Amino acid sequence: MREVVVISGKGGTGKTSLSASFSYIEGANAVVCDCDVDAANMHLLLGANFNNQSDFYSGEISVIDPEMCTNCGECFDVCRFDAITQEEDTHIVDPISCEGCHYCFQVCPHEAITMVTQKAGDVYISDIKQGGKMAHAKLGFAAENSGKLVAKVKSEAKMLALKEDKGFVITDGSPGIGCPVISSLSGANLVVLVTEATVSGLHDLKRVYELTKTFNLKCVCIINKYDLNQVITTKIEDFLLKEKVPVVAKLPYDETFTKALAIAQPIVEFDNSSELSQTIIKTWDKIKQIINEEQK
Amino acid sequence: MKIVFTTKGTTWDSQMDPRFGRAETFLIYDEEADTLETVVNSETEAMDHGVGPQTTKKVLGLGANVIITGNGAGQKALEVLKSFDAKMYVGAGDMTVEEAYEAYKANKLQLQF
Amino acid sequence: MKITIASGKGGTGKTTISTNLSSYLSSLGKKVVLADLDVEEPNSALFLNSTLEDTQVSNKMIPSWNSEDCTLCGKCAEVCNFNAILHLPKEIRVYPALCHSCYACSELCPTNSLPMVESRIGQISKFSCDGFDLIEGRLDLGQEMAVPLIAQTIDYVDENYENYIKLLDAPPGTSCPVIEASRYSDFVILVTESTPFGLNDLILAVETMKVLDQKYGVIINRYGIGDNGVEEYCKKENIPLIAKVQNDKEVAKLYSQGKLIYNEIEHFKDSLDEIIAFMGDLK
Repeated sequence: MREVVVISGKGGTGKTSLSASFSYIEGANAVVCDCDVDAANMHLLLGANFNNQSDFYSGEISVIDPEMCTNCGECFDVCRFDAITQEEDTHIVDPISCEGCHYCFQVCPHEAITMVTQKAGDVYISDIKQGGKMAHAKLGFAAENSGKLVAKVKSEAKMLALKEDKGFVITDGSPGIGCPVISSLSGANLVVLVTEATVSGLHDLKRVYELTKTFNLKCVCIINKYDLNQVITTKIEDFLLKEKVPVVAKLPYDETFTKALAIAQPIVEFDNSSELSQTIIKTWDKIKQIINEEQK
Repeated sequence: MKIVFTTKGTTWDSQMDPRFGRAETFLIYDEEADTLETVVNSETEAMDHGVGPQTTKKVLGLGANVIITGNGAGQKALEVLKSFDAKMYVGAGDMTVEEAYEAYKANKLQLQF
Repeated sequence: MKITIASGKGGTGKTTISTNLSSYLSSLGKKVVLADLDVEEPNSALFLNSTLEDTQVSNKMIPSWNSEDCTLCGKCAEVCNFNAILHLPKEIRVYPALCHSCYACSELCPTNSLPMVESRIGQISKFSCDGFDLIEGRLDLGQEMAVPLIAQTIDYVDENYENYIKLLDAPPGTSCPVIEASRYSDFVILVTESTPFGLNDLILAVETMKVLDQKYGVIINRYGIGDNGVEEYCKKENIPLIAKVQNDKEVAKLYSQGKLIYNEIEHFKDSLDEIIAFMGDLK
């Protein structure tokens, strides 16, 4: 079982569209893992049925019992997050501001405070198109995207892949460079960096690439919308050459991408015979080849 | 030597747990006394972050000289281990506890640091 | 007036709108300041003719162990709910990345052995761009928490640009960083695109705004590429549809070069006029 993690640093480069196409091609031989838990989209492209749901708990917030509260204000004095306010004859906690540090809990002289574990999201295992399976999640509103939910989704995907003897886990990573991305990258056999031929695409590619270097991960790159700006494409290629990151594909700015997106289909499902689809299919083969070579 | 295994069960036939920080169970084998002790690691379920170092502290508190596991420990946990002269062996993630011990004795496991 | 420009989905055009809007407003003689709160990947400066004026280090407070009077009682580790403190037989170890700066360990330590000290998390830079300023928050690589830096960047803007129109370019998503970027603003503009993805993420963003009890409206960018799911949703939910920015490859080309759009493309400027008119009505 090999894991391919697709990340981009910047949003809107086509990362999810491409991961979905790879999943569609690999079909029942892959488990898909949607780690973009903050604004998950893969389920739309792959027709997920949200079959199996479980609650996900993470983080705590304090709750003050107004019956036990004597309004002494000790909690208010220690809270660094402005989460506690006084209301009439009791103190109350703002659940959005509460950081869950439980300092107030430590100091309350009347045991009026309890720490309550929060339901931070839902984890799903779905059946998807072409006989595949997908682990994904929905982060709760105002929940902290600590990376823990991502870790949970990853572990569900991996366990499923091992149990059902699948060849691949295809992970759609989170945007950015913080905890959720780091969590998405954990255990990857290969990282696919998706970038676009724009000034901001190059900028964000460099930042997220540094992250992969920290974890010593093997990377390849796909340059999307390459013909939008040849100057930037060349700059991207120069950067990647210097870093010895192979470019496995250069995809043109193609309305097919958007048309497929607009009706929520992976490109290879929408128009399998198009040049774009054929390129994507070849790219996935290349990626698999590179992984297999790495393992030797 | 006291050897700690990260496991999914409590006997020599049990499967190893490839994880360290969030491993389900620790089996402690005292080579001299030939005893096998079980320590559960369930409190890490509720923790969001920083599990590695906490688990490391726990394991060292059990008197471990050698830790045998699958994937290994993260940066923070490794640093704690280094300052205590304990050795971490990896690569036993898919084995049973017995197989893992034999592999360790036969020098077939890798030292993580 | 403080307006946050956010979106559930990344890549919908938040930064395109906020950079062009600030530049246009400034050219019309308005006092405006733009804050780039996408601290993990700030790239607004790339699109503006910007000159770096000043950079300041941004810190968070963390405990620092002073062994002198420490009895190794372990109270610090006991009260830390984030595993940021490790109580070892001969030392106390602090993990800065895990620390949420609650001060519990420091203030509850019986021997005052954990004074709080500054620890760098990133930087706040001031750029001057053709008539207005850009304040950019940039998180250091390896830092895991964006929220403290976002809060500090907003504070900087509040302190230094009191009577200005403040445009806050938020990070993508719907969780804590976006909440921090949105919660104290007068209004939140949600930028989306007319596709199922755009609609899906807009719904999530709207739910987040509701939890914050915030006022919001929608801009549909790249209008024309998909279906009218977003429009219908806005109509049904009575959400103000502020502008529909036409899909245009020429816009994408200019964007790819890091250039502003409104001076070159008429329909884009028209959309900005609509946005400005809406903002005017807000007051």
